[in-house]
Amino acid sequence: MTAAPAPQGVTAEPVVRLSDAAIRRRMLADFWFHFRQNRGAVIGLVVFVLMVLAAVFAPLLAPHDPTQQFRDALLAPPIWQEGGKPGFLLGTDAVGRDMLSRLIYGAQYSLFIGVVVVAIALIGGIIIGLLAGFFGGWVDAVIMRVMDVVLAFPSLLLALVLVAVLGPGLTNAMIAIAIVYQPHFARLTRAAVMGEKAREYVTAAKMAGAGPLRLMFKTILPNCLAPLIVQATLSFSSAVLDSAALGFLGMGAQPPASEWGTMLAEAREFILRAWWVVTFPGLAILISVLAINLMGDGLRDALDPKLKRS
Amino acid sequence: MFRFLLGKLLYLVPTFLGITIIAFSFVRVLPGDPVLLMAGERGITPERHAELSAQLGFDKPVWAQYFDFLGRLMQGDFGNSIVTKKPVLAEFLTLFPATVELGLVAILIATLVGVPVGVLAAIKRGSWFDQISMTGALVGFSMPIFWWGLLLIIFFSGILQWTPVSGRISLLYFFPQVTGFMLIDSLLSGQKGAFLSAAQHLILPAVVLATIPLAVIARQTRSAMLEVMGEDYVRTAKAKGMPTRRVVGVHALRNAMIPVITTIGLQIGVLMAGAILTETIFSWPGIGKWMIDSISRRDYPVVQSGLLLIAALVMVVNLLVDLTYGLINPRIRHK
Repeated sequence: MTAAPAPQGVTAEPVVRLSDAAIRRRMLADFWFHFRQNRGAVIGLVVFVLMVLAAVFAPLLAPHDPTQQFRDALLAPPIWQEGGKPGFLLGTDAVGRDMLSRLIYGAQYSLFIGVVVVAIALIGGIIIGLLAGFFGGWVDAVIMRVMDVVLAFPSLLLALVLVAVLGPGLTNAMIAIAIVYQPHFARLTRAAVMGEKAREYVTAAKMAGAGPLRLMFKTILPNCLAPLIVQATLSFSSAVLDSAALGFLGMGAQPPASEWGTMLAEAREFILRAWWVVTFPGLAILISVLAINLMGDGLRDALDPKLKRS
Repeated sequence: MFRFLLGKLLYLVPTFLGITIIAFSFVRVLPGDPVLLMAGERGITPERHAELSAQLGFDKPVWAQYFDFLGRLMQGDFGNSIVTKKPVLAEFLTLFPATVELGLVAILIATLVGVPVGVLAAIKRGSWFDQISMTGALVGFSMPIFWWGLLLIIFFSGILQWTPVSGRISLLYFFPQVTGFMLIDSLLSGQKGAFLSAAQHLILPAVVLATIPLAVIARQTRSAMLEVMGEDYVRTAKAKGMPTRRVVGVHALRNAMIPVITTIGLQIGVLMAGAILTETIFSWPGIGKWMIDSISRRDYPVVQSGLLLIAALVMVVNLLVDLTYGLINPRIRHK
């Protein structure tokens, strides 16, 4: 969406000559106008920003160190319940760590995972999709068959097996999830590139002597970004969910990490005795995923009217 | 129709070969000695190692190993589990009905609730029902189901004590497997209370597994209905003075169902991933839990063949969905 090469209508009217920066500002304003219409999207954005702030300022916000064990307050209930201890707003877990502090630090994990997974999957998918869409022919056929194979596996299962190969842990879980998500980006990029390839502005750039690399990345790619941005948002929320699931199954971040899925795995055996150790981490996952999905809906409506839901 | 089917089948061959290559490479990219990994033996003599290596074919070149692997697959030989020493295929087939039963009930719940909710939301667009159900659908879509399952256990098994925490049926009942589906077998056994026990065991896992497909189906039905309700033929039907129920039920719903059926079909992969989590939480003895247990026990022959079988299964189900789609929508078939 940024730096669209010579949008029609703008250069045609000699009166309105806008610089690139001005066009970009207008597009941003236009985007914000549409995004703002969607109440859910704005709520999602606010929650997401709060989450980012919590992650960034975790050392200032968290009342305790997330790994510090208070031996005199094991499984203390939240403060409003009978037996709650002052200083532990949301109670403590089985080894006496403060739930609130762990949840705040957990936001760092989720955001980090989301950003890394989406970045790897997006970059990989764009390069592969551009190659397939731009060159077509056997390159396209081979690449797309390989993508079909990856998509034939249920994503969580393939991620699990990849982690089994690479060894459990946060880094490997992120790589595995990124590999599993990557075909979606490749397919989207390919489809968009095939649509754009035959347009006049591409032919014009080719006539002007642009090489294949410039054509792919500078001429075509910026015009294919809308669906990719929407998919990136959706993948961000799926990455948070799937990495929590891997953590829950013991294949993601390892204890004592305060990753929300890992916290849930540790809390499982106390499920009927201490509701708070199970409820809060899951609630944190749900709220963050929901916020990102709400934002994604708004982004889709604002960026890509063709994809509009109703 | 025959050409359509043949085309689809031919299209699957490279994908299937790709799946076998991934499953085949799996053991070879694992860190460690593949012979020890596949045979599961520790601290063995060099002679025994060479013997096993020859037995498992690891002394041949890689391409020869792959074709041996493929040849064995074609004969239905999926290897043996290290832990139980039983053939992987036999284990898969024993556990498979449990997963199918869970998956079928889940997709049934998702469809029977999701479609009417989506239709109602579309008809009463903008009403409180529309807003609440679509918010609910978004929450369901964003749900970490492993947590949702734990919450339901706390509430229904812990506080209300209505349902058991794990398994497929109470140990009080014992009867032979006929269909492998506990709901049907318990009825066939004629034992009092057996069916109720099976249903009580099934309901929570099925609801958990149904959550995400339900949300997706409701959203998809709503948007498909909204699109169809704007078509000329619906307006004509309304203009003729046809009662709303008939317009919605006959003219709109039938056409809106085409994309919805595809959506339902696409949930099979989602269900398989969900089954891994759901079966783990509820100790449901199906293939999802089997895979997780095998991964944590390092039972690599099971992981390898299980991965292959599940991917092939998803592929076949997707083919069936494609065919159904062709049947109900002639435009696709003749393209």
